[in-house]
Amino acid sequence: MIKHESIETNAGLLVVLTLIVVSIGGLVEIVPLFYISDTVEEVEGVRPYTALELRGRDIYQREGCYLCHSQMIRPFRDEWLRYGHYSLAAESQYDHPFQWGSKRTGPDLARVGNKYSNEWHVAHLVNPRSVVPQSIMPNYQWLLENDLDYSDVQDRMRALKVTGVPYSETQQEYDSNVAEFGVDVADQLDILRAEENLMQQALANNYDGQHGRITEMDALVAYLQMLGTMVDFSKYDEGYFTDFR
Amino acid sequence: MNQEKTKSGGAVQTTGHAWDGDIQEFNNPLPTWWLWSFYATVVFAVVYWIFYPAWPVADSFTKGVMNTITFVDGEGNEKTTHWNTRSLLLKDLQEGKSAVLSREYTDKVAAASYSEILGDAEMMAFTRSMANGIFGDNCAPCHGTGGAGVMGLFPNLADDDWLWGGSVDAIETTIRDGRYGFMPAFRETFDDAQLDDIASYVLSLSGHKVDAAASARGRDIFQTDAGGCHYCHTSTGTGLKSQGAANLTDSVWTIVAVESAPDLAAKKALVKGVIANGVQRTMPHWSERLSPAQIKLLTVYVHELGGGQ
Ligand code: HEC
Ligand code: HEC
Ligand code: HEC
Repeated sequence: MIKHESIETNAGLLVVLTLIVVSIGGLVEIVPLFYISDTVEEVEGVRPYTALELRGRDIYQREGCYLCHSQMIRPFRDEWLRYGHYSLAAESQYDHPFQWGSKRTGPDLARVGNKYSNEWHVAHLVNPRSVVPQSIMPNYQWLLENDLDYSDVQDRMRALKVTGVPYSETQQEYDSNVAEFGVDVADQLDILRAEENLMQQALANNYDGQHGRITEMDALVAYLQMLGTMVDFSKYDEGYFTDFR
Repeated sequence: MNQEKTKSGGAVQTTGHAWDGDIQEFNNPLPTWWLWSFYATVVFAVVYWIFYPAWPVADSFTKGVMNTITFVDGEGNEKTTHWNTRSLLLKDLQEGKSAVLSREYTDKVAAASYSEILGDAEMMAFTRSMANGIFGDNCAPCHGTGGAGVMGLFPNLADDDWLWGGSVDAIETTIRDGRYGFMPAFRETFDDAQLDDIASYVLSLSGHKVDAAASARGRDIFQTDAGGCHYCHTSTGTGLKSQGAANLTDSVWTIVAVESAPDLAAKKALVKGVIANGVQRTMPHWSERLSPAQIKLLTVYVHELGGGQ
């Protein structure tokens, strides 16, 4: 039998045994989710991010927004009343890594999409106190000054493709996206047309209010305005989602 | 060497190894209370496994025995599921104490007409407290907690000046469907001297003493197709509510802070700025985010905030 002392005096063995013990909790909680059949709800509308939204998401991570904002509405009455429908697993299936967060210094953002106008988001991100006098959120004025760098957006999409996000490169992959998401979305998921799509979405919607320029603000606001809007909950009976638990 | 005594008087064992010659480690037994608490958590876990969803089995999991939740689904049928937080939430929304209490009042308000609500002290008290929360979560980030808004960006809801109308019906439409306040930019249309004239005329509408000749030239642009201002702001300057066009004859300004400008030249510069740049402001629609009853509560609340019409 191994004695306490032989573990304590053998650093290598201690490390190995510690790793085994701490991984048990994770393995027991996470691994079964991969094969339990109703972990991810079957809902319509969830799609991978467009090239512009993806860059916005990168900026969201770069600026550390997740340190103050969660994207996970829990199934409690008070959260239901304030933020809307609780988050579904399906809604973050293309998130790598997911942005659930664990700290709410500010409000949850899982359903902030379409709640405010683009003008509000721009004013708020440049200086939160210009619209919410009591706010303690930092200023992000450089988002409006920095031109968006999207030269590597195709590589970013390819990287996500490796993790299983269905961005397409071949005709065959494109066709299967058309079958699954429809033509409009499939076009947006085409890696070869990513830059063109990104410019088009940014210029057509002009999220940052500056004509002719594509800034980091365009990307971040496009991302925020999409959050939580993909699933149309009016199409589902509330009882339906309990089948997936 | 320093041998400590245990409470019961025996010598404490050490782990038997000496570091640096004389440093030893006591090997005390765990405190009894701690050990028994630990055993209790083990027993709790086993009981929990029996009554709650716990162990994965093939592509499913143990659902827990004698522990179900019954709620009413969207079609009005009773549905019973094993214990889970989603069903728990639905049951809480349907049968929870505070949910039942607030639904009793919400149903009453939803069934009443606006004039009934406005005339009933009890319903108004409920509306105020309920709508105050909804307003804080959804409207305050733009219009401010008290509804005072932000000059230029978001209009003041706490005054009795309304862009789109202050009747309960107009306010309800505003909240439900949203509004887009639009005025074209005249930067390319007029040169600086013309903008000066138009601004003089606009200021004269609200009783400012301006140069009469300039104002007359401005009037010609405002009231004709040259500027077309009268289509939206009307020929008297009071503004068309259906366009959300501002009333230019009163002292309430929503886009630029004319009232607090120090002198006439500064006021004129502000007004020129609006005409040159135009206005584009979006009030989001709430029909998808808020229920008809919530919109009704807000309508009454906003109506009361601004001493509506
Ligand atoms: C130091 C913490 C902190 C950080 C970091 C932070 N926020 Fe916030 N945020 C807040 C607080 C507090 C509020 C609530 C007050 C307000 O509206 O400004 C808020 C509010 C918001 C809201 C409005 C939410 C609602 O429903 O009203 C949005 C959108 C938002 N933040 C986006 C962001 C983004 C995007 C970033 C990163 C660029 C970010 N925040 C970084 C603290 C933070
Ligand atoms: C994203 C910012 C934003 C939010 C959030 C918002 N509003 Fe507005 N609201 C506006 C803007 C901008 C206008 C002015 C539109 C225009 O220029 O005509 C407006 C106009 C209005 C008006 C018409 C005022 C008038 O003078 O006719 C009412 C009433 C109103 N809002 C109520 C609400 C209520 C109630 C909520 C919450 C459910 C809300 N607003 C949330 C931006 C917002
Ligand atoms: C298409 C309709 C339209 C036309 C044409 C138009 N306006 Fe406006 N105007 C508006 C609206 C709508 C607002 C208020 C915007 C808001 O509050 O969201 C406004 C606001 C203003 C304001 C600011 C008032 C304030 O309270 O701060 C001034 C000044 C003004 N208009 C002058 C003019 C002049 C001068 C012209 C002609 C050269 C003109 N407008 C043409 C729709 C119009």
